[in-house]
Amino acid sequence: MVRLAGVDLPPNKRVDVGLTYIYGVGEAVSKQLLAKAGLNPAKRVKDLNDNDLLALRDALKDFKVEGDLRREVSMSIKRLIDTGTYRGTRHRKGLPARGQRTRTNARTLRGKRKTVGLGKKKEEEKKE
Amino acid sequence: MGRSVKKGPYVDEKLLRKIQKMEMSKEKKIIKTWARSSTVIPEMVGYTFAVHNGVKHIPVFINENMIGHKLGEFSHTRQFRGHSAPTDKSTTLT
Repeated sequence: MVRLAGVDLPPNKRVDVGLTYIYGVGEAVSKQLLAKAGLNPAKRVKDLNDNDLLALRDALKDFKVEGDLRREVSMSIKRLIDTGTYRGTRHRKGLPARGQRTRTNARTLRGKRKTVGLGKKKEEEKKE
Repeated sequence: MGRSVKKGPYVDEKLLRKIQKMEMSKEKKIIKTWARSSTVIPEMVGYTFAVHNGVKHIPVFINENMIGHKLGEFSHTRQFRGHSAPTDKSTTLT
């Protein structure tokens, strides 16, 4: 089992894909890491030897990943909320912060659809 | 896209002059301003600005966490009063 930055990497995938299972490592960073470690991206994760892992660990030092990165993101959001910015209030309300429309779409942030306004009417009908 | 680094941060010139004047005279008073697009620079920390929101001036006390943001971000222009009650038209179907 290969562990990097506190994450288990999928053993049967190519290294360049496997590295993206780490939070904060996408395809671009993955490529940079492999270039710095001098590894072939087509190699499978299970075929990595200890020296390869050491090289990758060393290369990962230059990037903020996993817990540290998550902390930085949540601290940035907290700062926006605490300073009373418009973006902060949007984060607090769970709505898009960059001026997107919310009449429709914005489902990533607003979550699953729930109908508003219809529930009340139905209750009134029941009473009748 | 971000602003060119060469130009430096945008700060309203009149506002900048007023800050310098206040710093020299060592007095602290609230500056009324309409310059919502002005960036908050380190010199502004500790002062209070009354930033116009289109209707009135909202007092904003600048702390060091606000550096790099625009003044307008702290003076909201919209007031949410809640969603309108469902009308007959929107509830009759289904």
